[in-house]
Amino acid sequence: MTPHRPEAGGLTPLLEAQGLNLRFGAIPALIDVAIDITAGEVVAIVGESGSGKTTLLRVLSGMMAPDAGTVQWLGQDVLAMGEAARRRLMRTEWGFVHQNPRDGLRLAVSAGGNVGERLMAVGARHYGSIREQALSWLAKVEIDASRIDDLPRTFSGGMQQRLQIARTLVTHPKLVFMDEPTGGLDVSVQARLLDLIRSLSRELGLSVLIVTHDIAAARLLADRILVMRRGRVVEQGLTDRVLDDPQHPYTQLLVSSVLAA
Amino acid sequence: MNSATTMDSPRASGTIDSPRASGAIDSPRASGAIDGYNFAYLDEATKRMIRRALLKAVAIPGHQIPFGAREMPLPYGWGTGGIQVTASILGPTDTLKVIDQGADDTTNAISIRRFFTRVAGVATTEHTADATVVQTRHRIPERTLREDQIIVYQVPQPEPLFRLEPRRTETKRLHALADYGLMHVRLYEDIARLGHIAKAYDYPVMVNGRYLMSPSPIPAFDNPKMHRMPALQLFGAGREKRIYAIPPYTDVRSLDFEDHPFRPIRAPHVCALCGSGDTYLDEVITDDAGGRLFVCSDTDFCAERQADTAKEAAE
Amino acid sequence: MYVAVKGGERAISAAHAWLDETRRGDPSVPELSIAQIEQQMGLAVDRVMAEGSCHDRFLAALAIKQAKGDLIEAAFLLRAYRTTLQRFGASEPLETSRMRLRRRVSATYKDLPGGQVLGPTFDYTHRLLDFALAAEGAAPAVAPEAAAPVAEVPRVTELLAREGLMQREDMTEGEPGDLTRQPLAFPADRPVRLQNLARGDEGFLLALGYSTQRGYGNAHPFVGEIRVGHIAVEFTPPELGFPIELGEIGITECQMVNQFAGSRTEPPQFTRGYGLVFGHGERRAMAMSLVDRGLRARELGEDISAPAQDEEFVLYHSDNIEATGFVEHLKLPHYVDFQSELENLRTIRRSAEQAMQEAAE
Repeated sequence: MTPHRPEAGGLTPLLEAQGLNLRFGAIPALIDVAIDITAGEVVAIVGESGSGKTTLLRVLSGMMAPDAGTVQWLGQDVLAMGEAARRRLMRTEWGFVHQNPRDGLRLAVSAGGNVGERLMAVGARHYGSIREQALSWLAKVEIDASRIDDLPRTFSGGMQQRLQIARTLVTHPKLVFMDEPTGGLDVSVQARLLDLIRSLSRELGLSVLIVTHDIAAARLLADRILVMRRGRVVEQGLTDRVLDDPQHPYTQLLVSSVLAA
Repeated sequence: MNSATTMDSPRASGTIDSPRASGAIDSPRASGAIDGYNFAYLDEATKRMIRRALLKAVAIPGHQIPFGAREMPLPYGWGTGGIQVTASILGPTDTLKVIDQGADDTTNAISIRRFFTRVAGVATTEHTADATVVQTRHRIPERTLREDQIIVYQVPQPEPLFRLEPRRTETKRLHALADYGLMHVRLYEDIARLGHIAKAYDYPVMVNGRYLMSPSPIPAFDNPKMHRMPALQLFGAGREKRIYAIPPYTDVRSLDFEDHPFRPIRAPHVCALCGSGDTYLDEVITDDAGGRLFVCSDTDFCAERQADTAKEAAE
Repeated sequence: MYVAVKGGERAISAAHAWLDETRRGDPSVPELSIAQIEQQMGLAVDRVMAEGSCHDRFLAALAIKQAKGDLIEAAFLLRAYRTTLQRFGASEPLETSRMRLRRRVSATYKDLPGGQVLGPTFDYTHRLLDFALAAEGAAPAVAPEAAAPVAEVPRVTELLAREGLMQREDMTEGEPGDLTRQPLAFPADRPVRLQNLARGDEGFLLALGYSTQRGYGNAHPFVGEIRVGHIAVEFTPPELGFPIELGEIGITECQMVNQFAGSRTEPPQFTRGYGLVFGHGERRAMAMSLVDRGLRARELGEDISAPAQDEEFVLYHSDNIEATGFVEHLKLPHYVDFQSELENLRTIRRSAEQAMQEAAE
C-alpha cells in the first residue's frame, strides 16, 4: 500500500488543466477546477455522485467543452484540437476505461479482435503479431488464452472489465482515464481488478486519472487524491495525508463513512 | 465524353399545366430517341448536376459524393445509379456495352441496353474492345480496358463500412478521419474464425492510399483489375444517392494482412468452351446427377477466344 | 454441347406480352376505363398520388390500370413520370384555414368554431359486406345537401397557440429542401423530414406511428384536428412578382397535439405533430403526424430510444419505391458473387476437414 510516485515534484505535468468552469443550466458542474498529472502518477478524483468528478474526466479527455478554462496535453491545447487529432490521441497516447465495459468493448467482436483493434487502428498489418500481442495482453489481464476467439458477451462482468483494460493498454498509452472501473462489480472481483490496475500501472509506468466514489480503491491505487464536492475541489494532496489527516469537513465525512462501513 | 449540346430544357414550354401524357411536349431529340424525352432520358440540368458530382468524385478518388439521384423508370437496386451516370456521360457518337454477371445476354443487361437504345439511340456492342462506355453489374471485363474507355459500375451499397456501422453520420466521420481500424477488425475476425479472409465479393479496397471504398459486388477476383486501370472508373448508387470514381492509373489496394495477403478467388478449372484457365468462371449444372461444367462469365471474352482458336485451327 | 441458360431478348418480349394479356384479363369482361378508376377507386388514386408524389388524378388512375392494381408499382410509374417534369419552383405556403372543407373533425373539443363536419367517411360504418353492391346498375346514392360551408375555419392548434399552450413553429424563410433534387443529409431539417414522410409508404408510417402509441417513443397524442378538402395553390412567377392561382388540389391535413414537459428555456406546453398528404388520406396523415412528432425528439431534448424517433432509420426506410426495388433486386442473377462464395466455402471446408484429419491422426 505504499504509493509509488517515482520522482516527486519538479516534473513537467503531462496533463494540466486550469480555471475549469462548466454549468448545466442553473447547476454548476465545475467551479474553478485546476488539476495536473505527471508521468507515472496515479491521481484519484473522489466524491459522491453529482460532485462533478465524471464531468471533470470528460472535460479533461476532450469529450466535453467547458465554459471556461484550459486543458493542456504536453503543452498542446486539448480543447482547441480538431476531432481527428483528439481521436488520434485517444487511440495512441491516451486510453479511456469506461465504468460499463459494454461502452468500451465491441460486443460482437472476439476478445482478440477487441485487443487488436487499437493496434490495427494505428497501422498494424501483420495478423500473426497482432494475435501474439493480443495473447500476451490476455495473459497480463489473467484471461485464459483459450478464450481469445470468444465474444465478450460470454464473459463475466469482471472479465469484460479486464478485457477492456487490455484493449486500452495494448498500444502503451501514456495516460489512462478510468471512470469508476470497478463500479457494478462484486466486492471480491473489485479487489482483484484493483490489484491488476495497480500492478499494470506500476509495471508500465502509466499515468492514471481515476474517478471513483470508493475511498478504499483510492487509497490502494492513488499517489494523490482530489476531493470534489458540488463542482469544486475542496481538498487535495498526497493520498496518505488526505485520508489520514483530512482537513475539510466533507473529506472527514467521506473518510469516516468508509471507516464506519 | 461526347456530349449532347443541343438538348437543353426539353420541357421549358413556359406553361405550368401538367402535361397529360398526351405527347404534347415538343422537344428536340437525337435520332433514335423516343418522343417526349430528352436524349438519354435525363434532362440536361440533371446531367450537369451529375457531371459536377462526377468531377468532384474524380478529384477525390474513392470518396462518396452525395448527388440528387433522380427517380428512374427502372427499379432501385436494378442499376438506377449506373444508368444515371451513363446517361450523363453518353453522347450520340458513343458505343455502349452493358453487362450483368459478365454477360451481355442476361435479362437485366438486355433491359438496360434496350433502355439506352430507346432513349438515346446510341450504338451498342457486345465487344468490349469496341465500346466507349461499359456499364456493368458485378463484373469487370477480362479484356484490359483502355484509356479511351469508361467503365460505369452499378452499386447497390456504396458504404463499405455499412455492416460494421449502419449509421451514415458515423461512417462519414470515420471516412473523414480515415479511421478504418474497424474494417481490419472484421478481416482479423475472419482469419481467427475461419483461417482466412472470408470476403469473396464486394471486397473492400483502399483507393489512392486514402479512402476505403466498396468496389461494388464484383468478385474479389476482379479487384486487381481496378489497380492502375487505364480507363476511368465511375460508380453510381441510385437508391443511396452517391457517386464515386477512380481516375485512370490510380492505386487500388485490396485490404489484407502481411501474413495473409489478398488472394483473388476463382473456381480451379478451365473454361469448357474456350479452355481459358485464368478467367472468372461460372458453374453450370448440367444434370441432376452432379454433372457440372465451368464456363467463362465474360461471354464476349470467351466467344473471342473460341473464334481465335477456330481461326488458328483453320490456318 | 452446353446451351446458354441466360435469358434472352425473346424471353423478355414474350413475358411482357403475357403481362399485357393478364392485365386485360378475360376479354369478355368489359375493360376498365381510366375515368372509372379515377371515380370509383378514388382512395387508391389518392394513395398513388401521395406515394407517387404527383398530384394528378388522371395519371394516377392510368398508373393503377397499367400496374394491374399494384399500388406501389403504380406509384413507381407515377414517380418515374414525375421525375422528368420541369421544376418551376416552390408554391406559396398553403393556408389551410381557407380550405374548402369536405370533412373536419377534432377529438380535443366537443364543438368548436366552424363545427365538426363528418363528411364522407368509413368511420361509424358497420363493416358488413354489402352484397347489394355486387348487383350493378343500382341508382347512384344521393346524400342530403349540407348547409353552405363557413368561408374560413380557424385551426384548432391555432386556438391553443393563441393561449400560449401550443408551441409555435418557426417560420422558415426561402424554399424548403427538395428530396427529389438533393439527397438526404443528417441531421435533416423538418421540412425535409415532412417531405420524406408525405411520400413515404403508408404501411410503414402506420406501423411506426402505431409503435409510438404502444410505448416505443413515449407519445401522448390527441387528434387536434383532421381536415379534408380542397385548397388553391398559388405560385409567384419571378417575372410577375405577385402570386397567381394555379388551381386546386385535394389534401388531408392532420395536426396531432402532444404533451411536452418543458425545458430550461421553455415552459411546459403542447407540441405539434404534423401530417399533410395529397388527396383523402386520413390514416396516412395521422400516421405521418405521429412519426413527425417522434422525429422531433432530438429538437425537444427527449431521449431517443424508439425506432420512430430515429431519424436515419425512419427516413432511410420510408420510401417504398426505394425499398421495393432493392428487395426485389434479389431476383436478379447473383451467380458471379455466389460462385465466389461457393469456392470460398469449399476452401474453408477443405481446410477445416484437413485440420480435423490432422487432429485425428
